[in-house]
Amino acid sequence: MTALEIKGLSKSFGGLRVTRDVSFTVAAGERRLIIGPNGAGKTTLFNLITGELVPDRGSIKLFGHDISTVPCRRRAHLGMARTYQIITLFSRETILRNIMLALLGLSPLRWNAVSNLGSQHGLVERARAVLARVGLDHIAERRLGETSYGERRRVEIAMALAQNPKLLLLDEPFAGLSVDERHDVQKLLLAIPREVTVVMIEHNMDVALGLADRITLLHLGEVIVEGTRAAVVADPRTREVYLGV
Amino acid sequence: MRDRSNQMTVGLTLLLLLSLPLWIGNSYYINIASQILIWAILALGLNLLVGYAGLTSLGHAGLFAIGGYAAAMLLAAGFGHVLAVLVALIVTLVASALFAVLALRATGIGFLMITLAMGQILWGIAYRWASLTNGDNGIAVASRPAPFGLSLAHASGFYYATLFVFLLALASMALLVRSPFGASLAGTRDQARRMTALGYNVWLIRFLAVLFSGFWSGVAGLLFIYYNQFISPQVAALTTSAEALLMVISGGSGTLLGPIVGAAIVVIMKNVVSAYIERWNLVLGVIFILIISFMPEGLVPGSVRLWRLARQVLSGKRAGAGRAAEQLKASR
Repeated sequence: MTALEIKGLSKSFGGLRVTRDVSFTVAAGERRLIIGPNGAGKTTLFNLITGELVPDRGSIKLFGHDISTVPCRRRAHLGMARTYQIITLFSRETILRNIMLALLGLSPLRWNAVSNLGSQHGLVERARAVLARVGLDHIAERRLGETSYGERRRVEIAMALAQNPKLLLLDEPFAGLSVDERHDVQKLLLAIPREVTVVMIEHNMDVALGLADRITLLHLGEVIVEGTRAAVVADPRTREVYLGV
Repeated sequence: MRDRSNQMTVGLTLLLLLSLPLWIGNSYYINIASQILIWAILALGLNLLVGYAGLTSLGHAGLFAIGGYAAAMLLAAGFGHVLAVLVALIVTLVASALFAVLALRATGIGFLMITLAMGQILWGIAYRWASLTNGDNGIAVASRPAPFGLSLAHASGFYYATLFVFLLALASMALLVRSPFGASLAGTRDQARRMTALGYNVWLIRFLAVLFSGFWSGVAGLLFIYYNQFISPQVAALTTSAEALLMVISGGSGTLLGPIVGAAIVVIMKNVVSAYIERWNLVLGVIFILIISFMPEGLVPGSVRLWRLARQVLSGKRAGAGRAAEQLKASR
């Protein structure tokens, strides 16, 4: 079954064509790595898939359902979750509260203006369970502003996982992490069950290659190479455009 | 322990507010207290947008005035208080919805400018559409209502009615900001993009917040016209919006107590200090500059910060003195 099907996706900002007729499919349960040099249009592609940007042309299907015109917020309800390259969290809140916000996003409870959020024990327990999954339950009550960069990266991933997505889009989850932190995040990503399809942008090949089933190489907004890990790495165009050898 | 201390503080404050007419006695000062509560309701409503939604409005005087004008017109036309109040609140909600639809096309400075323009349009209508609003002459309200047979004609009666409405406003705000919806609202303030990606309808959350804020601004406007038994275009002027915003910012936006303290400062300066100091505006300006300079987060959160700092310093000194005493003992 196809989890994500992208056909002829194009996006321009004025005269700059950032995404050019991009087409590819991702099978359910697959781990797809999107690579490309800076400015290749990888994050723009993510923003088009999540609906944060409206494409000029092309279509996006999620598990066979055309979501090209579905608003960004509705895509989350259809099973799509993402993380951001630049950490986008709620720095005034505690880690626990960040996860609770992620859980609330898909719950009708978010419209409740009467009950106390802190007394929603079910929600609190679910948030704690998510934090335990990413190894942050011991600092659940810590304010985000008082956490390390690596912990914030894990909170980013935890927020996406909290929504039990069917398709998870990870935008450079290893960016800015130390070697130890990278291994922690790698373990965390390896533990994601195969029911979740993962599409990941990453520059750090040491850790990312081990996670990928297939790789798509973007260059100047176009898909240049696509295939298995071995095929893409061995392709001379990959070496020329991305690896620079 | 802390909960118990909080409960005691709330209980004592409530007792103080309830007994205020008894120990103040003078109706002039009881009226000042009523004014503080009325302005505090407006400031609390505005604070929901400024502090919790991150949307700074400079048009709330329009929402404050529109309900008041609607009620005053109906009362002048001979309708009863119940109908006048109900219609006034509906008119305020409709105006708030219109404000929201137009102003929520932007955030930040854009939102502020659109609300400013909307407020000025309402002021312009109040001032220039004389056949409807009686222009600069305003509209007089002949009498105050007597809910459940309780007279509001005197200072104490009106104070208790205002206090009741104020407590309702405060309780509803406290419930909302601690609720899941309140958390969602704060989320839209801090990371609107993320909230959308998480599945929230950011526009609708903000729209509902403007309605809620507008509703309480309208309630404050109704109390204001019943207090003064008069309404004129000055109520809808930009200065009223700016004063309300100053109350919120000086007291501390994003807190429940801050706007109340801010309202108290402005009302006391305008009504009490102005009797003794001719240039009271200058004093008010200096107070605001001092607050913004030394407590940019506002008087209430700033005082809390300084209090915690002082406690840390004192406990540090005590700990230091304790260590010195132990060292002295050991050396002996």
